[in-house]
Amino acid sequence: MALSVREYRARIKSTESMKKITRAMELIAASRIIKAQQRAQAAAPYARELTRAVSAVATYSNVDHALTTEPENPKKAAVLIVTSDRGLAGAYSSSVLKEAERLLEKLRGEGKTVDVYISGRKGEAYFKFRQRPVVQSWTGFSDQPTYDVAHDIGETLIQAFLNDDETPAAEGVAPGADEVHVVYTRFRSMLVQEPIAVRLLPLEVVEGEEAPEDDELLPLYEFEPSPADVLDSLLPRYVQSRIFFAHLQAAASELAARQKAMKAATDNADELIKKYTRIANQARQAGITQEISEIVGGVNALADANAGQD
Amino acid sequence: MSENTLRVELVAADRLVWSGDASMVIARTTEGDVGILPDHAPMLSLLVEGIVDVTTVEGETWIAAVDAGFISIAENRVSILAERAEMSHEIDLEKARADLERAKSAGELLNDPEEAVRRAEARIRAVEKAN
Repeated sequence: MALSVREYRARIKSTESMKKITRAMELIAASRIIKAQQRAQAAAPYARELTRAVSAVATYSNVDHALTTEPENPKKAAVLIVTSDRGLAGAYSSSVLKEAERLLEKLRGEGKTVDVYISGRKGEAYFKFRQRPVVQSWTGFSDQPTYDVAHDIGETLIQAFLNDDETPAAEGVAPGADEVHVVYTRFRSMLVQEPIAVRLLPLEVVEGEEAPEDDELLPLYEFEPSPADVLDSLLPRYVQSRIFFAHLQAAASELAARQKAMKAATDNADELIKKYTRIANQARQAGITQEISEIVGGVNALADANAGQD
Repeated sequence: MSENTLRVELVAADRLVWSGDASMVIARTTEGDVGILPDHAPMLSLLVEGIVDVTTVEGETWIAAVDAGFISIAENRVSILAERAEMSHEIDLEKARADLERAKSAGELLNDPEEAVRRAEARIRAVEKAN
C-alpha cells in the first residue's frame, strides 16, 4: 500500500528545504574558492622571491645548514597532515587521510617511527576516534589559513627536525625527527584536486614551484652579514612559506570539493523532488479514481434499490 | 632612464604590498641602515623590524613598516621580503599605539616581547615619518 498523499507532500517539502541549504552551501563555496585562489596568487610573489634568494645562496656559497643536511640514518619521521575543519566536502578529508595512511605505512616499512601532526579538525577526529597518538594539532582555520598559523606550524616542525634527541622529549617540546613530510591536497583545477605527500625537511631547494628561467643567470650576490647568517634566516622562512603554500592549496581544494559535493546533493534533491511529485500525483489520482468509483458504485446501488421498489 | 631606476617590490608573506619604480630605497639591515641607489652591487641582506623608505622616480616618498625579513638587490631590481609589511597609510596609528602599550605591559606573556615592541614602534615611526 502506497503512502498517503499527505506524507509524500511532507517529504517533498523537507527535500526542498534541504535543497535550499545545499544550494546555499554550494554558492558560498563557489564564491570562497575565488577568494582562496586570489590569496594563493597573492602569496606567490613572496614564495617566488624566497625561492630565488635561497637558490642564490645555495648556488654561490658552500655553506652547509642543519636544515639541508641529510641525517645519515633516518629513524624518526614527522608527518603533517592537512585536512579540513568541516565535513560536507565529499571525499576531501578521507582521500587526504588515505594518502597519509599510505605514507605512514611506507615510512614504517622503512623502519622509521612516525610522529603525526595534524592541521584541521577532521584529521584530529579521525586519529582520536582510532585512539592513535597525535603530537600536536592546529584547528579552526582550514578554509582561510593565515600566515601566522603557517609560521607557528613551521616553527614547531623545524624545532622537531633540529631536535635530535633519541629519548622522548619533555612535555611541551616537540619530539625529534630526522625527516618531515607534509600531506596535503593540491589544487589542480576546479574539477581536479589530488592529495599528495611531499618531503619538507631536509630541504631540497631545487624543487621550486616555479623554477627560474634557464637563461637567467643568478647575479653574484654579496651576502650581509655572511652567507651562513643569511641562510640561517632564509631557510626557516622558506619552510614556513612552503607550509603556507600547502595550506592555501588545501583551502582551495577543500572549497572546490565542497562545491562539487553540494552541487551533487542539490542535483539529487532535485531528482528526489521530481520522483516524489510523480508518486504523489499518482497517489492523488488513485484516490480520486477510487472516490469516483465509490460514488458511481453508490449511485448505481441506489438506482438498483429504487428500481427494485418500483 | 630605465637604466637608472630601481624596480622595487615590497612583498609580505600573503600579498604584494607595493611595487613601482624608485630612485632610492633606504632600509635597516642587521648591519645598519643601507641606502640603495640605482646600479647598486648585487646584495642579499637581512632586515630588522623597522621602516623602509622609498623615493619614487617622481620624487614621492613612500614609507612602510616591515617585520624582520630580507632585501635582495640585483640588476636594479630590489625585492624586500618580510613576513608582514604595511604601507604607512594603511597603518592605524591608534591601534599601533595600543599594541605598543600592550606589548610593553604584557612583558613575559608574549613569546618575544621585545620583538612585539620593536614591531609596534616601527609602525608608529612609519606613520609619524610619513606625516
